[in-house]
Amino acid sequence: MNISHHFDDATLISYSSGSLPQGMALLVASHLHWCPECRVRTEETDTIGGALLDALAPVALADDALEQLLARLDAVEVEPAPAPAPVQNSDNDDELPAPLAAVLGQPIDALPWRRVGYGVQQVDLGLEGPGATRLLRIQPGISVPHHTHRGNELTLILRGSYTDEVGRFQRGDVADVDTEVQHQPIVDTDQECICLIATDAPLKFSGLIGRLAQPFIGL
Amino acid sequence: MLEDDPEGKKVNAATDLAHERQARERENWTRALATLAETRDRKLFAELFAHFGPRVKAYIIRLGMPMATAEEITQEAMLSVWRKAHLFNAAKASASTWIFTLTRNLCIDRMRRERHMEYELPDDKADPQERHDGEQAVLEQRMRKAIDTLPDAQAQVLFLSYYEGKSHSEIAEQLGIPLGSVKSRLRLAFGKLKQHWEGES
Repeated sequence: MNISHHFDDATLISYSSGSLPQGMALLVASHLHWCPECRVRTEETDTIGGALLDALAPVALADDALEQLLARLDAVEVEPAPAPAPVQNSDNDDELPAPLAAVLGQPIDALPWRRVGYGVQQVDLGLEGPGATRLLRIQPGISVPHHTHRGNELTLILRGSYTDEVGRFQRGDVADVDTEVQHQPIVDTDQECICLIATDAPLKFSGLIGRLAQPFIGL
Repeated sequence: MLEDDPEGKKVNAATDLAHERQARERENWTRALATLAETRDRKLFAELFAHFGPRVKAYIIRLGMPMATAEEITQEAMLSVWRKAHLFNAAKASASTWIFTLTRNLCIDRMRRERHMEYELPDDKADPQERHDGEQAVLEQRMRKAIDTLPDAQAQVLFLSYYEGKSHSEIAEQLGIPLGSVKSRLRLAFGKLKQHWEGES
């Protein structure tokens, strides 16, 4: 897989510090599954957490804390080493990143897609959090109305590609945008584009068409 | 003018000594955790517990958990250390970082109604940055040193992220600054930490 768009450092810091909403964390984990470069960066942001853990003033535990814990050691089983992650087959364009596949539980084409506008279908993953987590399936030549963001919006391309003011995004790429970016993605080949989108606040559509489209797309 | 200031020099030398001591400790704990995986030695585990338990508890309290919950999650976290010690890879993380991630995941579990999905990531076989055991602890010590030198505004956003689990928007609201400023402060902080990380290796 040829990945050319990655996460903002600020996003990986939030991932490592555990402060991302569930859907955004799922999206980050999914990209990490595909992207060795971002995995190395995440080791670094995790290390900040380790250094900060060390820097904390210790808080005394209950007197019998160690005793209690030692008594439990016999009862626990040592966790088996995880099975090695399946070999990535970049030829199989339908393969989903493992974290997302585990949440969906079925192939992407078998999901209950719902039409939300001309040439656009979506599946809401119904995760917790202040924003939303959706799969969007956009037909060739269709563009999502011009919109800005109140918060952060992460997009992971699962199939096909699109182009917007920032550049061209293909399978495996992430778009990591916020309030400062106004963009209008358009599907730029004859293949449909499927992406996972996670936000931490509702989107803001600009222009009349955008405002009309908002209730339907409901992003 | 630091060179002409004998007192300043003394202070710096003392700080350097403290950092060296911390670095040694960090390496020792990392080695201890790697040893635990092989020996399953309960005495060694008790030592790890005595060192990390109170720090883990302090972290959980900072995240805003009630005292009793903090005590309980500390137990769970240290139990995970025992159960998963053989999965610890000293070339990838120091003991502190590994225990931090275990605890963080348990806290996320607790804060969400749904089960936290723990993702197994592919093992990077041909990692060009493969480090030797213990080297990670040295890098982490540099990171710790670098955190102390960050401007307050940058340290603050790091603390709010890691210690209080606040999102970018929550930090923006709390500090009364735009979302973009929160992110640029985090980026600047990370950039400086990385300089230390890469510059001295």
